[in-house]
Amino acid sequence: MDEINSLMQGFGVALTLPNLGFMMVGLLLGILIGVLPGLGGANGVAILLPLTFSMNPTSAIIMLSCIYWGALFGGAITSILFNIPGEPWSVATTFDGYPMAQQGRAAEALTAAFTSSFVGALFAVLAITFLAPLLAKFALEFGPPEFFAVQMLTFCSFVGMSKEPPMKTLAAMMLGFALAAVGMDTVTGQLRMTFGFTEMLKGFDFLIAVIGLFGIGEILTTMEEGLAFKGKSARINFRIVWQTWGQLFQYWRTFIRSVLIGCWMGITPGGATPASFMGYGMARRAAKDKDSFGKGNVEGVVAPETAAHAAGTAALLPMLTLGIPGSPTAAVLLGGLLIWGLQPGPLLFVEQKDFVWGLIASMYLGNIVGLFVVLTTVPWWAAILRIPFPVIAPVIIFICAVGAYTVHSSITDVVMMLVFGVLGYLFKKLRYPLAPLVLALVLGDMAESSFRQSMLMSQGNVNIFYANWLVGGLMAVAIFLLFLPAWGALKDLLRKRETNAHLHQ
Amino acid sequence: MRIKTFALNRLLAALGMTAAFLGSSSAMAWEPSKPVEFVVPAGTGGGADQMARFLQGVIAKHKLMNQPLVVVNKSGGAGAEGFLEIKGAKGEAHKIIITLSNLFTTPLATAVPFNWRDLTPVSMLALDEFVLWVNADSPYKTAKEYVDAIKAGPDNKFKMAGTGSKQEDQIITVMLQKAAGKKITFIPFKGGGDVAVQLVGKHVDSTVNNPIEAEAHWRGGKLRALCVMDAKPLPYKKKVTAQQAWSDIPTCQSAGIDAEYVMLRGIFMPPGVSPEQVDFYVNLFKKVRELPEWKEFMEKGAFNQTFMTGKDYADWVARNEALHVRLMKEAGFIAK
Amino acid sequence: MNQETEGAGPGAGLRRRGPEAGVALLLLAGGLVVIYDSLRVGIEWADDGPRAGYFPFYIGCILVLSSGWTLARTLLNWCQDTTFFSQWSELRDVGAMLGPLTVFVAAVPFLGLYLPGALLIGFFMRRHGVFGWLTTVSVSVGVPVVFFLIFERWFLVPLAKGPVEAWLGF
Repeated sequence: MDEINSLMQGFGVALTLPNLGFMMVGLLLGILIGVLPGLGGANGVAILLPLTFSMNPTSAIIMLSCIYWGALFGGAITSILFNIPGEPWSVATTFDGYPMAQQGRAAEALTAAFTSSFVGALFAVLAITFLAPLLAKFALEFGPPEFFAVQMLTFCSFVGMSKEPPMKTLAAMMLGFALAAVGMDTVTGQLRMTFGFTEMLKGFDFLIAVIGLFGIGEILTTMEEGLAFKGKSARINFRIVWQTWGQLFQYWRTFIRSVLIGCWMGITPGGATPASFMGYGMARRAAKDKDSFGKGNVEGVVAPETAAHAAGTAALLPMLTLGIPGSPTAAVLLGGLLIWGLQPGPLLFVEQKDFVWGLIASMYLGNIVGLFVVLTTVPWWAAILRIPFPVIAPVIIFICAVGAYTVHSSITDVVMMLVFGVLGYLFKKLRYPLAPLVLALVLGDMAESSFRQSMLMSQGNVNIFYANWLVGGLMAVAIFLLFLPAWGALKDLLRKRETNAHLHQ
Repeated sequence: MRIKTFALNRLLAALGMTAAFLGSSSAMAWEPSKPVEFVVPAGTGGGADQMARFLQGVIAKHKLMNQPLVVVNKSGGAGAEGFLEIKGAKGEAHKIIITLSNLFTTPLATAVPFNWRDLTPVSMLALDEFVLWVNADSPYKTAKEYVDAIKAGPDNKFKMAGTGSKQEDQIITVMLQKAAGKKITFIPFKGGGDVAVQLVGKHVDSTVNNPIEAEAHWRGGKLRALCVMDAKPLPYKKKVTAQQAWSDIPTCQSAGIDAEYVMLRGIFMPPGVSPEQVDFYVNLFKKVRELPEWKEFMEKGAFNQTFMTGKDYADWVARNEALHVRLMKEAGFIAK
Repeated sequence: MNQETEGAGPGAGLRRRGPEAGVALLLLAGGLVVIYDSLRVGIEWADDGPRAGYFPFYIGCILVLSSGWTLARTLLNWCQDTTFFSQWSELRDVGAMLGPLTVFVAAVPFLGLYLPGALLIGFFMRRHGVFGWLTTVSVSVGVPVVFFLIFERWFLVPLAKGPVEAWLGF
């Protein structure tokens, strides 16, 4: 077991007192970044970069990667407390996390989210430790048709779960796709739906739409129910952490499923955001009590958080072995590697053994320390809900506005946030579902470009989508998932007909 | 009385001199008074972004500026977002932008209204090279063999992956098409890293990645470099792979392919800034060029280390613009 | 608009049909815009795959059809509709948030983020809360100042600033 030896050496490198200190600094900064929408890993690296030059590269990367872990942990906090996703991959966490907070179960939701994050990351690191060369090879199998198949699969795992009127679900989804198409078309370089406005060039950013639809929309909806956030009565103590842990064991199937989805999406690299949606969709598909999802089911927090964190962690593998970043934060870490004179690529594991295994060891340690840090802060986060509404509501609006502004440093985006906020309120009142809109906005652009890249490769021949076992298998599963709910609905309908017929006789 | 006047005169003179001194010193050495925004008109992880973040790092490390340099990515509309921001920030000396070829290609291909003449040229940092890469397992050992294979096959048999649409990679593809006389399928991707991996995974036949984007895979024995699109071979003689150094890659011209193209990595400022403010940045980048880290970075990415400022630089940019207009017109990439 | 007169009782509110038709109409218009622009960039399937407008065209079509359906149903059932969108009192509460929020967003282009942020927080604390002036001022000034320190000083992320910040020398 070469890996175990190398890993033990890695622990030797990572487990020094100064390195543990750097880890704490990185984690705390990362949590702050994760909590505030609008701050990303790039900003964290920007402030720490000057400090890292006097360190050795291993300590530096440990500190910087801990920012990344911290941000993954922190993204869940505002999603659960205020329905505002701090990071794109925590959107799916709001679906059940926020209802839980409204029911006074904020602490439980936070504990579940943090623990799931930890489990997801832990298994992803284990995969990196023992399967790195194999996984890197697997990632190379993915060309445009395979990417499209994965995006199809994500999409299909999610559709058909809305309880809202079908025509409205369809309209919301199409609106998402249409918004995703605004801006420059990557394949032809043509501008679409910009109508000569330079503000439209950059398109509609996912984060701004989400801050508006979920964050501002939620505040407006809350206003109808009186000047207060529900869930003030949250019980706050450490016992909840233990109790929640006790419950979580029964979701072992969800954990395994989400870990697999996450690792796969991180490596290919599909990204943490689609992974979280797919994790949520699959968990709901598999659950017996499908109706409890979206109303505060712990499993609806566990599934997306595990998948997102597994994907976020696994995304470091293609970065290290292939030099392709699986996420923007990974891209900035990649920049960090280059500055220390480390060129990521297939040889990094050979040429920089100490560094790589130090980093992998720090992934274990960073996540353990991170879990400890966030769990101890659960009561404080939950206590934020006790701040009087007239104080917290305008502060949230201010934070949302700052978040929307920082995405592109653009004031137009703050206005867009307001527009999306009003839209979110109207949609919620008129029973248009938001999840399909958001999913379409995330996936629409990616799916369209991979589809058209595939078409360029095959010169317009659709056969490319079942040209080999990988893409064919993925597409088959996707189509199966797409028609599964239709089949279920048909069966229900037939059964109803039969019983009706019986009644009439 | 007289003595008094005399004293007064001396006092006035002294004051005047001090004022003159203060005035001249502030005119001579402008320095930023708040953090400087370093706009990258491309996404995170690409060549321009890597260089910008590297500059941010070394400038902070060697304390070459009293205020921090902050990298901001504005990639919308193939970089138009970033360029329009600089164009709109008239007289703002706390903003600079790093360019790639989209300085020329984006306004030509999309008709978004900006031109380098709307900005203030500061200095050229380096020129980025382009290398024709194939997978190491492919049968083509030289550029000539590869082009002959393209010639022998039907149109669109060979697939080229590149960054963006109607930008530098596709312009070079059109040059290769002309050399081969056959169409090559161009498949645009978002970033240079993705492009290199698509070639390693054998989903495409070739790429024209910048050296820094493909170096790791080349060193790892996954890719083969066929030729470099510059007038003369690269100067870096240190071995990168077991057999080859950057300097061992022949020019495409020598293989009979008429493809010569380098990409500007230069700095521009908003319009309406004073010469003193431009000078500050010119001196800043002159100092950066002296650093050992910069030299190492240049070698790693096999850059062409041409450095220009002032009129030379503006003239070079004007010539390069004319070249792009010609190439894009030939390729039919100009927006109607 | 006669529901105001008939709605004097406690159950009075905005009928659902108005907003329903409005949102459907908005989506319908959006769909038409998408179709219009897709026709401009080309909607056909060329020999190397779909053009830039191919997918948006069909997306626009489905958007028009689905929202058209909702619109038609609302209009057909216009008179039978008795469900309420919201009570007037509830809408007033929403307005109490939306009004200041809109003013805040409208002020941002001129004054930057910090000053309108402070005013928004101060306004809410005085208007809807029972806080003394001291608490109000310290919170409403404190929050933007903390953000200034975190974003501008620490993370080096410049936020929108207005004439007041310029006058203070930032």
